[in-house]
Amino acid sequence: MATSSVSKGCFVFKPNFKKRKISVPIEDYFNTGKNVSEDSKLRFETYQLIWQKMKSETEQLQEELNKNLFDSLIEFLQKSHSGFQKNSTDWSCQIRLREIPTAALVLGVNVTDHDLTFRSLTEALQKNVTPYVVSLQAKDCPDMKHFLQKLISQLMDCCVDVESREEESMQATQKKTYCSMGFLSSWYMNVTQKTGPKVPSRKRTSSGQWQSPPVVLILKDMESFTTKVLQDFIIISSQHLHEFPLILIFGIATSPVVIHRLLPHAVSSLLCIELFQSLSCKEHLTTVLDKCVLSPSLFYIFQLLLTTQFPFKLSEKVLQALTNIFLYHDFSIQNFIKGLQLSLLEHFYSQPLSVLCCNLPEAKRRISFLSDNQCENIRRLPSFRRYVENQASEKQVALLTNERFLKEETQSLLENLHVYHTNYFLVLRCLHKFTSSLPKYPLGRQIRELYCTCLEKNIWDSEEYTSALQLLRMLAKDELMIILQKCFSVFKSSSGKQLGSTAKRIEEFLTQFQSLDAEAKEEEDASGSQPKGLQKTDLYHLQKSLLEMKELRRTSKKQTRFEVLREKVVNFIDSLVREYLLPPETQPLHEVVYFSAAHTLREHLNAAPRIALHTALNNPYYYLKNEALKSEEGCIPNIAPDICIAYKLHLECSRLINLVDWSEAFATVVTAAETNAGSTVSEEMNEIIHARFIRAVSELELLGFIKPTKQKTDHVARLTWGGC
Amino acid sequence: MNQLELKEDKMLEVRFVGDDDVLNHILDREGGAKLKKERTQLLVNAKKIIKKPECDLEEDDQEVLKDQKYVEVLGRDIPESLKNGSAANGGNKVYSFQNRKHSEKLAKLASELAKTPRKSISCNLKDDPEVTINIPQSSKGHSPSDKVQLKNSDKSEFLSTKSSGLRKRLIVPSSHSDSESEYSASNSEDDERVAQEYEEDSNEVVLSQKIQAQNRVVSAPVCKVTPSKKMKRNKTNDLVEEYFEAHSSSKVLTSDRTLQKLKRAKLDQQTLRNLLSKVSPSFSAELRQLNQQHEQLFHKWMLQLHLGFNIVLYGLGSKRDLLERFRTTMLQDSVHVVINGFFPGISVKSVLNSITEEVLDHVGTFRSVLDQLDWILNKFKEDSSLELFLLIHNLDSQMLRGDKSQQIIGQLSSLRNIYLIASIDHLNAPLMWDHAKQSLYNWLWYETTTYSPYTEETSYENSLLVKQSGSLPLSSLIHVIRSLTPNARGIFRLLIKYQLDNQDNPSYIGLSFQDFYQQCREAFLVNSDLTLRAQLTEFRDHKLIRTKKGTDGVEYLLIPVDNGTLTDFLEKEEEES
Repeated sequence: MATSSVSKGCFVFKPNFKKRKISVPIEDYFNTGKNVSEDSKLRFETYQLIWQKMKSETEQLQEELNKNLFDSLIEFLQKSHSGFQKNSTDWSCQIRLREIPTAALVLGVNVTDHDLTFRSLTEALQKNVTPYVVSLQAKDCPDMKHFLQKLISQLMDCCVDVESREEESMQATQKKTYCSMGFLSSWYMNVTQKTGPKVPSRKRTSSGQWQSPPVVLILKDMESFTTKVLQDFIIISSQHLHEFPLILIFGIATSPVVIHRLLPHAVSSLLCIELFQSLSCKEHLTTVLDKCVLSPSLFYIFQLLLTTQFPFKLSEKVLQALTNIFLYHDFSIQNFIKGLQLSLLEHFYSQPLSVLCCNLPEAKRRISFLSDNQCENIRRLPSFRRYVENQASEKQVALLTNERFLKEETQSLLENLHVYHTNYFLVLRCLHKFTSSLPKYPLGRQIRELYCTCLEKNIWDSEEYTSALQLLRMLAKDELMIILQKCFSVFKSSSGKQLGSTAKRIEEFLTQFQSLDAEAKEEEDASGSQPKGLQKTDLYHLQKSLLEMKELRRTSKKQTRFEVLREKVVNFIDSLVREYLLPPETQPLHEVVYFSAAHTLREHLNAAPRIALHTALNNPYYYLKNEALKSEEGCIPNIAPDICIAYKLHLECSRLINLVDWSEAFATVVTAAETNAGSTVSEEMNEIIHARFIRAVSELELLGFIKPTKQKTDHVARLTWGGC
Repeated sequence: MNQLELKEDKMLEVRFVGDDDVLNHILDREGGAKLKKERTQLLVNAKKIIKKPECDLEEDDQEVLKDQKYVEVLGRDIPESLKNGSAANGGNKVYSFQNRKHSEKLAKLASELAKTPRKSISCNLKDDPEVTINIPQSSKGHSPSDKVQLKNSDKSEFLSTKSSGLRKRLIVPSSHSDSESEYSASNSEDDERVAQEYEEDSNEVVLSQKIQAQNRVVSAPVCKVTPSKKMKRNKTNDLVEEYFEAHSSSKVLTSDRTLQKLKRAKLDQQTLRNLLSKVSPSFSAELRQLNQQHEQLFHKWMLQLHLGFNIVLYGLGSKRDLLERFRTTMLQDSVHVVINGFFPGISVKSVLNSITEEVLDHVGTFRSVLDQLDWILNKFKEDSSLELFLLIHNLDSQMLRGDKSQQIIGQLSSLRNIYLIASIDHLNAPLMWDHAKQSLYNWLWYETTTYSPYTEETSYENSLLVKQSGSLPLSSLIHVIRSLTPNARGIFRLLIKYQLDNQDNPSYIGLSFQDFYQQCREAFLVNSDLTLRAQLTEFRDHKLIRTKKGTDGVEYLLIPVDNGTLTDFLEKEEEES
């Protein structure tokens, strides 16, 4: 059946056998088309498993992060509503009664994540505070009428489960006819009085102890509401507040100042605003990264067999690409997680050996089942080849010929890799504890920055690292002790055997520092007996003695015991870093767990269609790879596709283009390409060339480079101001 | 100029203050330390500029460098990516403003392109004395007007600065091309003067042609230098000025030639197609290879669609065939809907209708599009066994690019069991999606440059050079008319004749109802205005006429078909009777 027609634009295709559905399992698509690659099914399952775990992990995290915010919000709502409940005659209460309690929720500019937050907020409120929770978006409410209509229809939906059917139909008619605040408050009275006696047990438990639960109105995107609608609504509803207990929640993306910018004083004085700040999205990112990418032992207790929860790791470039997209483009956690998912998928899709990217015992089991092809794949890994080259010659031969030996070796290598990771993250955290408190943060403030640098290269070669060490050598004692304490707890939380001694060393350092305290006191006493060096002198003498003292200090360089100890600690950390924070590229088999194709990520997540178009038009050789099309920068040969030539010519024009000139120029170029010098041009050929020109022009119009204009006959207007 | 700059700089200085909120928001307070440093630097920059405006060129260059850094950060390790076209050149080139061009260049570039097969344009033109000969005959005819344009463009360049004293000063550096310096005297003149000169010029066609020919040869190499000079200027802050310069002048700086003078003016769709079918496409081997590369991705697309992503294809060339092949190879066993976005009558409503009526077999109507959408969403959420593939050609087409349409399609695509694969072509297509919509769509971008012609996509379009043959409205007219009573036909014929009589009247807005009634009565076609109204309703239902209220409140009747078609129709009618 054709999909082009002059009378319709939609074509529905249904397979004939509708009931007998042979759905192709998704994992079948995991094969890369023709060549059925190894273990695709297993790989797909592993992917699913890891992704599910990651997803639930992040969701849980999000919930935890929101929990604090929601708790305080709910507390505020309950408190502010209690005044309405008590009907107290207290004067301050009376005053407060005239103000609409308002919670301003600052959520950050990552608008895409807000929906999730609001959804869970609505659920939480409905569970804890009131059944009447309404959320409105600016685009639904261009004016007051729509605003109220939406509000009323949503409110009525809220309690539709307790209303009977007929009432619902009645509401439907009312919905359309009559929307006002008066109607709303009478409706509210009606409902609360009815539900009060009628369904006491159910309602009471859900909405707390209140007779009349408040109505919570969430304005999701406060900034984009029309000021007039907002003002009117607030003024009107404040008049009805005594019979219609409204509570507002503003979702704010920028800063709380915007409330006062949108609302004049007369209106904002009707509100009783309290500010709630959500966790900034950047903090959020750090925690997400921390948990997902770096968490070696989050589920340690539950899965004793698992030491690294997510065997899958990102390489430096990928991590950088993802954080760049996040920081420079959207601030959206959702998109970040999407990127994570995509990289996971790409890894399992493109790397046949990713079948080993699972927890260690499982991987070991899988190694023993590896096919010959897969063994060949292992041998082809660059990191493995490097490893083989460093072995003795008999071992080399054995590794390259003997499958069994190779498998054993792979197992041990994987185990090494695993141990490497465990140590790596411990030392990384430890180093982060040290560097995160330094002035100016030479190695970055967030652990992700540190992680990126460590992944990229030998960190000890970098200038930042040396300057950080220098700064560390100047730390005061109590600071140092706090850091050491933290490191100690990091190491202690892991029960890795290899680094057990490290924890002990740190503990030793700590006790030494403590003993230093006592000794220092004694020393102080001793130094107290020293004669006072400087008494009343003149300027010359003072200078002289100061110089002497300086000289003395330099030559003798007598360090205090604290300094010696500090030096030791720093050297110890340095040695730890040099031993354990090797970049992953140095590890054999790192390709199995590290995903490094950052360019695919960028291509699919952060594409640049404009540049692609520009390149295709300007430099067809880039795509067509025909030697005849090769040319220098900025020009194209005359045999290039028609549209490229037309495009090139149109770049030479300013705002308007004369079609006749254009077509003639085009014809000149094309005829020169088609005819060899001397031969005449037939009329038919001219016609064809003209037709080609027409096609090229209408294609450029479709692409949005030009548009027809009526300013002058037979002219088109240029729409772009780029390129040359 | 200096004064102007000074003013601008002062305005610039004010700018930097209000950003505190934003910065605080983006960065934690402590982390902001680094940024703050940069910010103070910027402030210093601004001050420097105020002190000595001459050095702003340098400063701006630095700014550009900074921007480049940012671009680099984003596009790091670009050499790695082999496929993506964005690799070839950074964003700088694409987004910079173009420098002003003289229309003469069009012809010149063409001749250069023609002249040097397989060689770059930048070869020295002095070695080619035949350049002028290569320019097509007719271009000589319009060369004087070209000259005027040159002048005009010069003038408009300086129009922005009012004082004539300044103008004179500026002439000196601008005399880098012969033709410009030759007419530099006219630069300081007023518009009227130029208009006069235009007349003189046209009188002197013959005389000036010689000079022109010489000019061309000589000035061509000189012109070659100018872009680089201008490029430098481009980087300074008059980028914006240049843009407005080009757009503010009401005078159009192109030649006055029209297509009517050419023999082959407009072709109709059919002949165009016939002609193009005679052209053998070049580079077919390479194109096939490109297509094969894309086809290898089919499996991956299916996988990613199933995993909750949606796929959007971009890049030069029609992607219709590619998607068609994807459909025939991968989707034979599943329910799918193909939507031709380029179809002029497409709307979201029709998309939703085809889903509810044909896919979900629903009978009945909906109160609004949103209701319909809700119904579909619920249906798909309830029944997880339902699966639907949406293939949309040209998601960015005229009819679908609206905010509401995109929102609705986005909501559809965010469902787990609706899989969307779409193509976009327009240069600015990604602008239709804000963050919220993008997260609904959950796109994965794929570059599929095919270079294939947009045959189907442009066939509907009222293209510039394609004559509307009007065959479709004509046949539908005839069909409708045949089903009418003889009286009704007469009424309609009356209206047509009246409209054709008035076709030269530009202010014709239609035939007023009263006049029409009078005429019909006189021709014994109706006996009361009620019967006439009944007839008109029928016409209106078939979209044969349109009524419009005039300024005086009277109803005017108009046939929304072009006059050529109407004449054809009358001829056919007469033949038959």
